[in-house]
Amino acid sequence: MSPRRTLRWLPLHAAAALTVVICLFPVYWMVATAFKPSRDIQSYEPRLIPEEWTFEHFRTAVQADGFALFWRNSVLVTLGAVVLALVVALGAAYAVARLRWRGRRQFVLAVFIAQMAPWESLVIPIYIISRDTGMLDRLPTLTLVYFMITLPFTVVVLRGFIAGIPPELEEAAQVDGCTRVGAFRRIAFPLLAPGLMATSLFGFITAWNEFTYANFLIIKQQDSRTLPVWLSSFQTTFGTDWGATMAASTLFALPALVVFLALQRHVTSGLTAGGVKG
Amino acid sequence: MAASSPRRPPRGRPLALGPYLLIAPAVLGMLYLLLYPFGRALLISFQDFRLRELIRGDAEFVGLRNYEALLADPTFWEVVRRTFLFMAVNVVAIMVLATLVALMTERLGRAGRAVVLSSLVLVWAVPVVAATTVFQWLFHSEFGIVNATLTDLGFDSFEGYTWLADGRAAFAILVLLIVWQSVPFAAVTLYSALTTVPGELYESARLDGADALRIFRSVTFPLVRPIFMLVLSLEVIWTFKAFVQIWVMTRGGPGDATTILPVYAVQTALAHQRYDLGSAASMVTVLLMSGVLVLYFRQLFRQEGEHL
Repeated sequence: MSPRRTLRWLPLHAAAALTVVICLFPVYWMVATAFKPSRDIQSYEPRLIPEEWTFEHFRTAVQADGFALFWRNSVLVTLGAVVLALVVALGAAYAVARLRWRGRRQFVLAVFIAQMAPWESLVIPIYIISRDTGMLDRLPTLTLVYFMITLPFTVVVLRGFIAGIPPELEEAAQVDGCTRVGAFRRIAFPLLAPGLMATSLFGFITAWNEFTYANFLIIKQQDSRTLPVWLSSFQTTFGTDWGATMAASTLFALPALVVFLALQRHVTSGLTAGGVKG
Repeated sequence: MAASSPRRPPRGRPLALGPYLLIAPAVLGMLYLLLYPFGRALLISFQDFRLRELIRGDAEFVGLRNYEALLADPTFWEVVRRTFLFMAVNVVAIMVLATLVALMTERLGRAGRAVVLSSLVLVWAVPVVAATTVFQWLFHSEFGIVNATLTDLGFDSFEGYTWLADGRAAFAILVLLIVWQSVPFAAVTLYSALTTVPGELYESARLDGADALRIFRSVTFPLVRPIFMLVLSLEVIWTFKAFVQIWVMTRGGPGDATTILPVYAVQTALAHQRYDLGSAASMVTVLLMSGVLVLYFRQLFRQEGEHL
């Protein structure tokens, strides 16, 4: 390699290496701590690589009060919200992308505004409404709120995907005797798979992560708590058991990490298809 | 067979009721779960609404009294000032770093690019509460790796330093956390925008003798400008609404050193049971954010208004 090329090559790759290290270090430190024996965690000279590996903290975390229950709650709420948002958004996105009707522009504008909704500002009224309708401390309330948080985004992205499929394909199927619905189901729906995956992934991450509503709408009924809230209260429950806390964080982050990494290609194409561009 | 059904509309003309049935669930959802709570919040902000009214439900209207009380409170103005400072510091850091990372990623080879993009996506996928807990652990006063490293480097004053007990240090850690979490989204999005810039443009600019900075200013930036502005507005909104990281890590403390508007609203409403003042603070937050939204929508309509 010529000195000139080295001069260009070196800073670029040093910067790239630095970026990767800064990105990954906190994640690595979480996992490494989770595998370290307690005496190595409470050491004034932390080691970069654990000397000894142990599953002890994972055992503590899994056996902690309610872990399985809160895990189940999170899965139920998340899946419920994602499925509901997909079904409702698919209809709306189809109507916006394929049909002409009065009020269409206004509807799209409303969806865009809803996408920017200041959710944190609505905790108090939603708390009051849930209390008045006897929905406080109940998981379906969280499902509905998460459904609403993810719905506008889902409509916008699915609209982008449906608009990207040439309508001629469905028209041809209709000429061949399919109904409008049948043509959509047989021709366009399979082509929508990446769009559906990208949007459900975003819905999944949003609902899986959500803390504010889970924290303020589930108060008395501790059995209805979800993982993020449980995790945030972990430190007081366990005093200063950082090993167990990091093991619990790892277990909590794992599904999101795996799903996200597996589908990252669809995520980027989903973004360009309309999520961010509008 | 549905195809021979007499109710099938003539080809080429849309169903009269169809579209409205399709959007009905979404519209109902938005009305009941978004507009109605918002209306309630607005109502409460004009009422005398404390714990007693919450239980008995006979709130009185007091006009603008809550807003007057709020605006007369020096703490509130301190919080507003801090919110803008917090947002500005975060957004500037996020946009500068994300742009640099995006430009760097574009210049890397295939393998390097894959590694950088994967690690960005990995950070992006770490749940907020998990990331916040990890940062608490990194900055732990006794056993945290940050203090240990700083002490090893010779900064002995960091031995046992309690980061979260000092207002400025806590503020800085929260900025660090939010920047770390936000750069991946911004960088990946900007990178995908950069890949759409045709390479011939760079070549002709280089032939004209432009240097790297000049090329960025006159060729690259104008082309990715729409996406850049969009990411910018989103980051402004997101950092303005930052709540979970602050609530989980410091609850707005020490003192109120990390209290920004959303934290202030929740503290006022749920901790002090002043639902009326909390709602008024939320409404002021919404008002301030709408300013940003106007910019966002102007951008959006300029970009693809014709598709709407």
